[in-house]
Amino acid sequence: MIELTVNGKPARFDGDPDMPLLWYLRDELALTGTKYGCGLGLCGACTVHVNGEAARSCLTPMRVAAGKKITTIEGLAAGGPHPLQKAWEACNVPQCGYCQSGQIMQAAALLKSKPHPSDADIDDGMEGNICRCGTYQRIRRAIKVAAGVEA
Amino acid sequence: MTPAIRNVSRRGFLGQMFSAGALVLAAPLAPRAKGDQAWQPSVYLGIEPDGAIKIVAHRSEMGTGCRTGLPMIVADELEADWSRVKVIQAPGDPKYGDQNTDGSCSVRNFYDTLRKAGASARTMLENAAAARWSVAETECHGRNGFVVHSRSDRKIAYGELAAAAATSKAPADSAIRYKTPDQFRYIGKDIPIVDLKDMVTGKAVYGIDARMPGMVYAAIERPPVMGAALKSCDDAAARQVRGVQQVVTLDRAQPPYGFKALGGPAVIASNSWAALEGRKKLKGEWDLGEHASYDSPAYRQAMLDTARQPGRVARELGNVDAEFAKGGTTHEASYYTPMLAHAAMEPVAAVAEYKDGKVVTWAATQNPQGVQDTVARAVGIKREDVLCHVTLLGGGFGRKSKPDYVAEAALLSKQVGKPVKIVWSREDDMHFDYFHSPAALYMKAAVDEKGHPTAWLQRSVFPPIAMQMNPNEQYGGFQLSMGWTDLPYPIPHLRVENGPALAHVRIGWLRSVSNIYHAFGVQTFTDELAAQAGHDRVEFLLKLIGEPRVIDFSKEGWKGARSDPKYPFDTARLRHVIEVAAQQSGWAGKKAGAGRALGIAAHRSFLTYVAAVAEVEVHGREIRIPRVDIAVDAGRIVNPDRVKAQFEGAAVFGTSVALMGEITSAGGRIQQSNFDGYPVARINEAPRETHVHLVASDAAPAGVGEPGVPPMAPAICNAIFAATGKRIRELPVKDQLS
Repeated sequence: MIELTVNGKPARFDGDPDMPLLWYLRDELALTGTKYGCGLGLCGACTVHVNGEAARSCLTPMRVAAGKKITTIEGLAAGGPHPLQKAWEACNVPQCGYCQSGQIMQAAALLKSKPHPSDADIDDGMEGNICRCGTYQRIRRAIKVAAGVEA
Repeated sequence: MTPAIRNVSRRGFLGQMFSAGALVLAAPLAPRAKGDQAWQPSVYLGIEPDGAIKIVAHRSEMGTGCRTGLPMIVADELEADWSRVKVIQAPGDPKYGDQNTDGSCSVRNFYDTLRKAGASARTMLENAAAARWSVAETECHGRNGFVVHSRSDRKIAYGELAAAAATSKAPADSAIRYKTPDQFRYIGKDIPIVDLKDMVTGKAVYGIDARMPGMVYAAIERPPVMGAALKSCDDAAARQVRGVQQVVTLDRAQPPYGFKALGGPAVIASNSWAALEGRKKLKGEWDLGEHASYDSPAYRQAMLDTARQPGRVARELGNVDAEFAKGGTTHEASYYTPMLAHAAMEPVAAVAEYKDGKVVTWAATQNPQGVQDTVARAVGIKREDVLCHVTLLGGGFGRKSKPDYVAEAALLSKQVGKPVKIVWSREDDMHFDYFHSPAALYMKAAVDEKGHPTAWLQRSVFPPIAMQMNPNEQYGGFQLSMGWTDLPYPIPHLRVENGPALAHVRIGWLRSVSNIYHAFGVQTFTDELAAQAGHDRVEFLLKLIGEPRVIDFSKEGWKGARSDPKYPFDTARLRHVIEVAAQQSGWAGKKAGAGRALGIAAHRSFLTYVAAVAEVEVHGREIRIPRVDIAVDAGRIVNPDRVKAQFEGAAVFGTSVALMGEITSAGGRIQQSNFDGYPVARINEAPRETHVHLVASDAAPAGVGEPGVPPMAPAICNAIFAATGKRIRELPVKDQLS
């Protein structure tokens, strides 16, 4: 039996310990805000926080998630919208919206380590997250708005 | 001609979409409680007694914003209070008209109809208020959710008028009081999309997120080569995987493939992971069949060779051959563009339940009526017995118009007796796409002493989309009108041709379709001629387009050209976007140097005029695009911010096309499986800034989802030439600069 914390609540899993966290969140807990995009850590759509660090849930087996604190997009705004979510709305970032959970979770981790990111920081921090609609320039702007740096 | 609006309040249309109190309406025999019912003046619109406005979005949201833009049109004419509008997604049903959300036509095909729906309802509400107050109907005006009679300073909420209005007849066309554009409340304003908050909080539901009680998950091992037949399959190991319930087999599709489920062994499991893991353990043996001979390098060369041979003539003016034979200066070039995959971030996805001879599905589909047809045929029921709910789409780009995956879910549900969610991995999505066709182009021009073309020959070769219905079709058909036969240059000797190519994979439409390669050929070749003669590219392009005119292609050598009086090809508008893009990009003042330069391309597609200027920086083999300026004339714009977003996105999509995208086949198998083998532009590779310049216009609305893509690759490649002297005649650029 694997025990972990998801969005502040205790959770348990007694299936295949090799199952990636992604499918546990989506299929078992119905937390479908975390998206499947590639299954290989190439696109970032499945990004969640594991003990506060951004992680690709498609590459995080349940055995590794055991005992960890997991935050998904649904839990990011537990105490009201995160500044990034507000900025995402203010900048009208999403088109299809599918990748945006992962983008926001990745950006949230970026701002933790770089509260005032430069363009180069944003490139480095966000290049693992694909948006096929091409909302990148609005993602960049929204991160700067949330960080309070010149957008 | 817009359809007549009927008062169908008592017909129970869409009863399930209204509140519990309003459901009374769905039962024809139910008593009509006065003042306590919803009123539905058209299939697109309903008004609840409490004043809530329900507007039906009948086309699919894949990122263009049409789920917001279409309701804006209704709400505007209705004079609805936008904060009271609830958008309801329509299931597939022919009563809505065409729901296949492709071809960049949601606004342009429904703008008039939706205005009429809103204006009719408002007229009826105004008339109901006039009757109540005993004043003239024309003195009553809908204003933001109320009917106002300003002379007597009275107003009444729409909800209070709904019951009375519901008893009246819908107004005749001549009695509908439309707004004038200066009265528009929402059209032309930036309105945030209705799903915005859900999208940033993870609540938005896509096809891959849809659930049905008791559903199981399925992963199919599809034929690795088009038409391959399963000889045997050992599924013993697959059945041992934890969570796997059973393995069943779907019959192999027979050509023509259309939208049919491809078939193959299917692993049924209690979750996605188990289904995918189980599938890995299947040991299938296949008879690969005739298409196992498909190797991309040989196919590419064959297409390039075909493009050098005479083809079918699609348009002819004057005598190109005689001009070429005169012995003057000529210039010729061959171009090649590769196969592409759609690679939407959400793979195709659906859940379906077959029960008692009916199917209910929730699908990420651009084409819910196509789902009804395809599923009905697949499982052997009537189309009206297929209820297709439409989820949000995590991107579509044309792939999700083809409902093969929904047929898979329905067929499997019929076999296993439970709702089935079909799981497409990224690898499935890439291997079993309906690919954007590869294309070879041949261009030749004779030029005068100033370098201006006097004769022009262009020939394209590509396996056509028509292969879906006829596997032996080799010619482009309607695809030739996408940026090829509609060449806008007034050249006295002109011939447009198309050569044959047989498809060995499923071919489909991808965002802007044939315009991608046709614009690449025409706009690169134009740049080559300008370069050869030493002309400024912008001036040369304008010179080739010539004096402003409305083109009647039927008089310029294109037999069977159909001109739409609502959407004439007006070269003044094409010229204008070129001038705007040049001016806004600082074209005249920016000189090429140090590996940095601008490139331009212009193209009309989906009735919209677009010019793009790309600025590139080349360092060795590394290409950066610091800035793109796109000027757009798409007629009247409903939601400008969303239109800008479409062109910002097109700049990124076009960058992927230009620099990195390529799908290839070896032995009939697709060689790319994921975003490592098939890269798409990332944040550090995309244009850093894209400036979209919308031309103000009150012309009829035109397309916006696709037309930004075609000019991007030639603009980027023309800029690369200006920066480095290296002419790109084959996409993607990839490592051609090393």
